[in-house]
Amino acid sequence: MALELAELVTAAKAGDRKAFEELVRATCADTYTLAYRLTGKEEDAQDVMQEAYFRAWKGLKRYRGDAAFTTWMYRITANCASSHLSRRTRDRHDSLDEDHVLVDDRLDSDPQARVGAASERERLQAALQSLSPEMRSVVILRDVYDLPHEVIAAELGISEGAAKVRLHRARRKLRERLFPLRGEDSEERDAHAV
Amino acid sequence: MRCEQVAEILPDVVEGTGGASSHVFAHVESCLRCQAELAQYRKLLRALRHLRTEVLEPAPGTVTGILAYLEAAGERGAMRSLLAGHRAAYLGGIAVATAAAGAAGAIVVASRGKRKVRLAG
Repeated sequence: MALELAELVTAAKAGDRKAFEELVRATCADTYTLAYRLTGKEEDAQDVMQEAYFRAWKGLKRYRGDAAFTTWMYRITANCASSHLSRRTRDRHDSLDEDHVLVDDRLDSDPQARVGAASERERLQAALQSLSPEMRSVVILRDVYDLPHEVIAAELGISEGAAKVRLHRARRKLRERLFPLRGEDSEERDAHAV
Repeated sequence: MRCEQVAEILPDVVEGTGGASSHVFAHVESCLRCQAELAQYRKLLRALRHLRTEVLEPAPGTVTGILAYLEAAGERGAMRSLLAGHRAAYLGGIAVATAAAGAAGAIVVASRGKRKVRLAG
């Protein structure tokens, strides 16, 4: 599969449009999955995907093959999703507060909904969607897709330090939501000195 | 160290690259609460990494739509190149015509100058 992709990339770089179309077909599910996870909406994911492949086609000659083509596509997709979400936020005149949450919190407040989202995976998806887009992007790119901090920072247009801070906060929020410790609901933490 | 201080570092410690000091690990080793919290972070990280194996399929027609968009964008690009080529040819023509006119003017001026010299002689 990887070899086939490499051959397609070589042909596409030489200007073979059909080869690029094959590349799109071969990688579209992966690209869509990331776009959907970053944006949280089908329609946005499709817009991001379209923009990502357009940029890939235009920039294919600059792809040197240092990383896998799919990793290169992840970077482009992350960059497109970041631009898309910034644009959307600006359009809606929303604040850029990192703690701003775009989805409802039914799982926290509604016991029925908690029972409905039975599987751990569904709870994880819901918890990810409850994060702000800024925090969600960083934790997905780092902990799901294993991209290095410097790459994440570059594609999101932030400093590496800011990326690490967002990751730290995102992990803490997810852990508190999915795996709360005893007494954490009351936000009381016993202090144990050692 | 206190649990509050350690808890601040645990989200980074879980990855193993947090650069935590030996004091942090010494605290975790002797504190059941922080051990439990670290274990929960590890559980979270495992769950997130497992998501990587899940691939979502885009709605039918998505890929066709993207390819059509790329095709249209390619045609627009080709049209722009063509127009840019025409514009370059047009500007090139003007430049050549201007240069030719300039050269002709210079020849005329020079030949008149020579004629005047002859007349004076």
